[in-house]
Amino acid sequence: MRLSKFAPRQAIKAGERKTTSAMIASIAADGVATRNAPFGHTLARLAHRRPGIVGLTADLAKYTDLHVFAQEHPDRFYQMGMAEQVLMSAAAGLAREGFTPFATTYAVFASRRAYDFICMAIAEENLDVKIVCALPGLTTGYGPSHQATEDIAIFRGLPNLTIIDPCDALDVEQATEAITDHKGPVYMRLLRGKVPVVLDSYGYQFQIGKARLLRHGSDVLFISSGLMTMRVLEAAKALEADRIGCAVMHVPTIKPLDAEAIRTAARQSGRMVVVAENHTIIGGLGEGVAALLMREGVTQVFRQIALPDEFLDAGALPTLHDRYGISTAEIVRRIREWTE
Amino acid sequence: MPRAGSNVSLAERAYRIRRHAVRMGEVQGQGYVGQALGVADVLAVAYFHALRYRPDDTQWEGRDRFLLSIGHYAIALYAALIEAGVLPEEELETYGTDDSRMPMSGMAAYTPGMEITGGSLGHGLGIAVGMCLGLKRKQSDSFVYNLLSDGELGEGSTWEAAMSAAHHKLDNLIAIVDFNNQQADGQSTATLSSEPVTDKFEAFGWHAQRVDGNDIEAVRAAFDIAKALKEPRPRVIVCDTLMAKGVPFLEARDITHFIRVEPHEWALALEALEKGRPQ
Ligand SMILES: Cc1ncc(C[n+]2csc(CCOP(=O)(O)OP(=O)(O)O)c2C)c(N)n1
Ligand SMILES: [Mg+2]
Repeated sequence: MRLSKFAPRQAIKAGERKTTSAMIASIAADGVATRNAPFGHTLARLAHRRPGIVGLTADLAKYTDLHVFAQEHPDRFYQMGMAEQVLMSAAAGLAREGFTPFATTYAVFASRRAYDFICMAIAEENLDVKIVCALPGLTTGYGPSHQATEDIAIFRGLPNLTIIDPCDALDVEQATEAITDHKGPVYMRLLRGKVPVVLDSYGYQFQIGKARLLRHGSDVLFISSGLMTMRVLEAAKALEADRIGCAVMHVPTIKPLDAEAIRTAARQSGRMVVVAENHTIIGGLGEGVAALLMREGVTQVFRQIALPDEFLDAGALPTLHDRYGISTAEIVRRIREWTE
Repeated sequence: MPRAGSNVSLAERAYRIRRHAVRMGEVQGQGYVGQALGVADVLAVAYFHALRYRPDDTQWEGRDRFLLSIGHYAIALYAALIEAGVLPEEELETYGTDDSRMPMSGMAAYTPGMEITGGSLGHGLGIAVGMCLGLKRKQSDSFVYNLLSDGELGEGSTWEAAMSAAHHKLDNLIAIVDFNNQQADGQSTATLSSEPVTDKFEAFGWHAQRVDGNDIEAVRAAFDIAKALKEPRPRVIVCDTLMAKGVPFLEARDITHFIRVEPHEWALALEALEKGRPQ
């Protein structure tokens, strides 16, 4: 509940202040290894052997790691200014002329402002445009204007569009390469800046449309995407102490869903299915998985860890992740509650 | 007019707005202080010369509406609202902290005096069009001001609203463009040039002026002209401003959208402001 704007607030002592995470949101837990700008570096590298790749942004190159590409390939970079609609239309135009445009902005502005342009100019024609967007879900404390809590709900209804929600730097790198090879429009949620590396210890390889079982466990099956896979892996480890065995299935491709893998894993009897996503509880991975399981006649106990159907508060990111239930500690707490 | 008869000069108001903003930046160790310092003179004229409002009743029907579409400039507007007596000065200590009324990006639900939720840039002018239409329906003589940025001139929605405002002859609309020649990736003239800006607005049917936004007298004169104009047209004042104005060592820094200030520099910035304080 938001406090009234007419009730003055007390000054806060310097030692107790929490700063609002700025545009460069760090989602890395303490001590986790990170890699810098995995998307920008991968795209710059790929562009050497893929002459069709061009990069476009709407005044957010520095904030989507596309500046790395722009520095290495200045003649293949188009600064479109803060104009997301022409960003998408122009990307469509370049694709029509045979190029492979990567268009970047924040997830909110692609999904909300430019939706019709993505729908009609890009997706309806099945054009080869890669839309890569920073600040997915709740990864900034700036409030609803920057929190893309419903981007997947918006895009899931769009035919032809492939939707990717990578978990870590490795995933971002491999997904960037895979979507370059893939023909057709793609929306990829981006983790930018210093991005944690966690999947390297799981023998992981990204493949479009494929879910991966990262961990076995007999009590709970987590199905997750994006940074929530990082979180549920941590939660699974913490829950070992409670003797709650948690399996983790990472689903980096939200659309098309890997129905086969999800169905098979969810069928294993006696396991509660918990879908965890950095997205509103409406219209995302959770509802996608639920519908899939219902259709297939798989009826396990089903729970969702997701953001509430609300406009979220501004504030420090750790505060907000706790408040809205997507921090590791909150996941652990709720699994304990649900398995009691 | 609030503080009628007050003998505090506009220059002193601008100085205090800058000081409040730097103190807020210090609280968070970051913030869009470059923008706040640049636009402080414009806000001083708006809040202490042009606007009609009641500090203790921000919902007063007879007020002029001031719409901040650039949510990241909130730090600047909070500073002006503190100086105007809408927000208590002590509260700047809460800037950007959890549950503060002063979040980093300006939102209507959080702050008295913040008319709209900004942050998704390119909304302000369109909302202003509707408020102007509404005020006219109510036979109100209030003005609607929209402070927008040079970056926002890139958004198509801004120009849809500009065309609409002229078509509907909105003479109660005054747009102020903070032209600091800066946006996220670099200089706005190099990112997506909107020049010649006043010609564009004029071609769209607006009355357009362009002034040095750090020259308080020039800004005051421009506001007076915009308010007094009898033509049935919307008005725009394009204000060329200098990022970080008033703190020379920041002005001289390689200017970016998000100016870095080292922890020890906040005190130095306050000192620099004090040095430039009007006598
Ligand atoms: C619709 C939209 N697109 C992109 C952004 C991201 N963004 C935040 S500030 C900014 C720069 C806008 O230009 P301006 O307001 O002139 O920047 P400043 O003068 O503060 O550097 C951008 C692109 C946004 N907030 N809204
Ligand atoms: Mg600017």
